[in-house]
Amino acid sequence: MAAAVEHEVSHPALQHHFDNLEQQREAGTLGMWVFLVTEIMFFGGMFLAYTLYRSKFPDAFASASNHLSLPLGAVNTVVLIVSSLTMALAVYSAQVGKRRNLILFLVLTIVLGSAFLGIKAVEYKDKYVDHLVPGKLLPGNAFSPVVAAHGDTDPHKLHMIGSATVKQVEMFYWIYFAMTGMHAIHMIIGVGLLLVLLYFSWRGRYGPEYHNPVEILGLYWHFVDIIWIFLFPLLYLLGRHLMHA
Amino acid sequence: MQAPETFETPAAERVNYLNAQYGLKSWLLTKDHKRIGLLYLGSISFFFLIGGLYAMFIRLELLTPQGDFLSSATYNKVFTQHGIIMVFFFLIPSIPATLGNFLVPLMIGAKDLAFPRINLLSWYIYLLGGVITIYALLAGGIDTGWTFYVPYSTTFSNSYVIATGAGIFISGFSSILTGLNFIVTIHTMRAPGMTWFRMPLFIWAHYATSLIMILGTPVIAITILLLAFERLAHVGIFDPANGGDPVLFQHLFWFYSHPAVYIMVLPGMGIISELIANFSRKNIFGYSFVAFSSLAIAVFGFLVWGHHMFVSGQSVYAGMVFSFLSFAVAIPSAVKVFNWTATLYKGSISYDTPMLYALGFIGLFTIGGMTGLFLATLGVNVHTTDTYFVVAHFHYVMVGGTLLAYLGGLHYWWPKITGRMYPEGWGRFSALVIFVGFNLTFLPQFIAGYLGMPRRYHAYPPEFQVFNVLSSAGASILGVGLLIPLVYLIWSMRYGKRAEANPWHLPGLEWRTPSPPPTENFLVTPLVTWEAYEFAPPEELRVIGMFKEDESLEDADAVINGKPL
Repeated sequence: MAAAVEHEVSHPALQHHFDNLEQQREAGTLGMWVFLVTEIMFFGGMFLAYTLYRSKFPDAFASASNHLSLPLGAVNTVVLIVSSLTMALAVYSAQVGKRRNLILFLVLTIVLGSAFLGIKAVEYKDKYVDHLVPGKLLPGNAFSPVVAAHGDTDPHKLHMIGSATVKQVEMFYWIYFAMTGMHAIHMIIGVGLLLVLLYFSWRGRYGPEYHNPVEILGLYWHFVDIIWIFLFPLLYLLGRHLMHA
Repeated sequence: MQAPETFETPAAERVNYLNAQYGLKSWLLTKDHKRIGLLYLGSISFFFLIGGLYAMFIRLELLTPQGDFLSSATYNKVFTQHGIIMVFFFLIPSIPATLGNFLVPLMIGAKDLAFPRINLLSWYIYLLGGVITIYALLAGGIDTGWTFYVPYSTTFSNSYVIATGAGIFISGFSSILTGLNFIVTIHTMRAPGMTWFRMPLFIWAHYATSLIMILGTPVIAITILLLAFERLAHVGIFDPANGGDPVLFQHLFWFYSHPAVYIMVLPGMGIISELIANFSRKNIFGYSFVAFSSLAIAVFGFLVWGHHMFVSGQSVYAGMVFSFLSFAVAIPSAVKVFNWTATLYKGSISYDTPMLYALGFIGLFTIGGMTGLFLATLGVNVHTTDTYFVVAHFHYVMVGGTLLAYLGGLHYWWPKITGRMYPEGWGRFSALVIFVGFNLTFLPQFIAGYLGMPRRYHAYPPEFQVFNVLSSAGASILGVGLLIPLVYLIWSMRYGKRAEANPWHLPGLEWRTPSPPPTENFLVTPLVTWEAYEFAPPEELRVIGMFKEDESLEDADAVINGKPL
């Protein structure tokens, strides 16, 4: 019995109220899953608003969606999917105790996450230039896009389809900024947490015995990616075929 | 029979969670779930007093038919703030954050909640939300009603909507963190032998409550966020001027706020299950039915929000479905009431203070629940919408239900929490005063509401005055009844009789550790070999680990796995 006790209390990462590392790991992982459930409900409110107004104003949503930059959105999707791969490899490296690989893949994930945010910032700037920031979100730059006349191909102007109105397009852009903005905040938090993880990996805290923080941050990172996987088609792709109709 | 040799030291010298450390810092930085429970107890009591003060203003104004004490604008603020403080800062955290925090680990034989730091964080978040809300109240208040209906709240109200919304948004996260902590703790930290169906029903109720907290609260968070942006930056998804739909707000709001009613009452039901079984000294009738009815309430509770919107213009078909589902949610609630009653049958009932509260709960919750069925009926609902009938109905559930259960639970576990007994005579007396005062306050409101008195006005036709005078008189009695426990509970912390470890002679794990418990909760890890309400002679229900022969329990894993010690 004495031997068993010695074995259990030996690891420095074991918190006092857990019996062993296995229990601590289970609790941490389940805790993150439960947290992700709350995140789904949080984003769910906005997905509901999107669904409602898209079915109410399909023309306006298609017109507004066409104005988004498909290449930038597509590149960002690829960047995020690759960052999920590097995150998964980081988790694997921690599990098998390869410290150098762990650090390498964490750095790669941070770089890719930051690249996503950078591209997103470029997209936001384009919307700012075209006066597409809804309402009075930015003082002095109220929502006032220029509507293109028939035959005008200026990409900075709004090309309206069917019965779309400017007010309805504004609704789309508010939903767009709310959803992608909330997603970006989650990305920023994720990158911040990755930096913390990188520091502790540098110090050699994680190995085959104890790597739960890497795992649960991995869960979070994949979740944020999956949100984007839904956002991209909903905001960028749906209704794109109507542009040529 | 010779008493077994014990390690017991006199209660005064024993190290427990209260005297393990001293000083303000040891409380403000504590990670002990028991101390955090007490921090919550203090803060929610403070908010309860503020909410009660607003209730007093309401009852004073309504003494006379004329709007003579408060202007209509001030009155709007007073009832709004009464609702917001009571709902978001008292009722929702009340039982889970105080008694739940204290008892969930103790009842399942864990050393703490799974995430002690997150637990402390949740208290600070709650406090931050509370401070911001208090700021909003002091700065000028809010007059939208606790429901924040748009477009009034986004466009027309000239009050502190955003600051109040920020307070509620922030304090919501404390609710989410508490729920998350409970779910993980109940899943992963039960003591050896504590199977799911040996768990006390209090734990089942808290598990179901936590599910609602994690599934519902994020939705109110995003709703308030969207509302704040709409007010601040005129970006409208609710504003009809932009093509938005105000009814969407109501859907999102009630998707949380109806289940929130079950966040308030389910933990109370958990307490009542404990009290009824334990003070009848009888196993609960139909344990698994009571346990699963909690989960059923949590699930059905998410499908009935539309019954708040029968007159909002939602489709008649939606109204019919919501009406049907609202009747359906009464079934699991009724299962509980019937099972409690069946448990009383032929039990050896003792009428201690907690039991008086429990019996009061059954009666009042039944009235609150039955009048809920009136309101779930589409036709009756049109007649009673926005009348005092609704006000009386939800006060029967929230005050007659939750508050009574909370007070019953507080008395019942007081000896465990403080190590002192409360004065029984005063306890019974105040329970009686509260029961009388409560009924006198809210029973007349059913009649006034049924006769057509609308809610949320500071003046009313003179024929309703008799009901309002009765109601205000009852509220004064209720107020006095609530102050009595405040005084004697604080008094008993110092001067009360010292409590034994198991003053009620019960089998639950929380009674099998000293009063107050040590910081680590148990002297040794308990090994559970009994069912939740398996009563035994007092000498068998001793503190686990206090007797030398219990030492063998230390390696409980070995016992479970059948290995020789």
